[in-house]
Amino acid sequence: MAEEMEVGCARPTGGPVGEEPSEEPVPGTQSGKESKPMIQVGKKAPDFVAPAYQKGKFISVKLSEYLGKWVLLCFYPGDFTFV
Amino acid sequence: MSIDSIYVHKMWDDNELSKMVNGGVPFPMLSDAGGRVGKAFGIFDEDAGVETRGRFIIDPEGVVQGYEVLTPPVGRNISESLRQVQAFQVVRDTKGKEATPSGWKPGKLTLKPGPDLVGKVWEVWKTDMAFD
Repeated sequence: MAEEMEVGCARPTGGPVGEEPSEEPVPGTQSGKESKPMIQVGKKAPDFVAPAYQKGKFISVKLSEYLGKWVLLCFYPGDFTFV
Repeated sequence: MSIDSIYVHKMWDDNELSKMVNGGVPFPMLSDAGGRVGKAFGIFDEDAGVETRGRFIIDPEGVVQGYEVLTPPVGRNISESLRQVQAFQVVRDTKGKEATPSGWKPGKLTLKPGPDLVGKVWEVWKTDMAFD
């Protein structure tokens, strides 16, 4: 599933994949503002790729590679804080 | 997932988390530089420049079934997250024929929604079942 990454001195980055956010401002929102509405239950989660550390390896994780499994995705403010 | 780099994740796991969890964290610790993924999920705090405590349950089709978002000072209840996953699994396994009422956990009564149940929930489900 997740492939091991070659890690050099550059810090690897990820980000959303798939549909680019539409350029057209959504009616009722400020144009040019980056804020987006909260995603909705019952709707597809936005796909993404992200570098990760797991059990001694640096890997690249893509959300859509977990199709067929249940995923618990947890965000937190920073390492060395609780979850 | 946090804005910390994978190198910081490794240091945290090596120096602290592995002392709490035997063998260290078993699942991937994701890095979200710049909070781009957090923004896509709507939980990135632009002012503080960090992710808030957002937690998403994503089903095998990639559909978000539930989420919870807390500000940083309050931690999550992992048991509750797992209970919700178990409840969604029951619903999915029964193709929606069974629903899990308030306070449900594995072993407790599920409901079978339909015309016969309308107005009759009180006969099978009692308020003390909402609590552990």
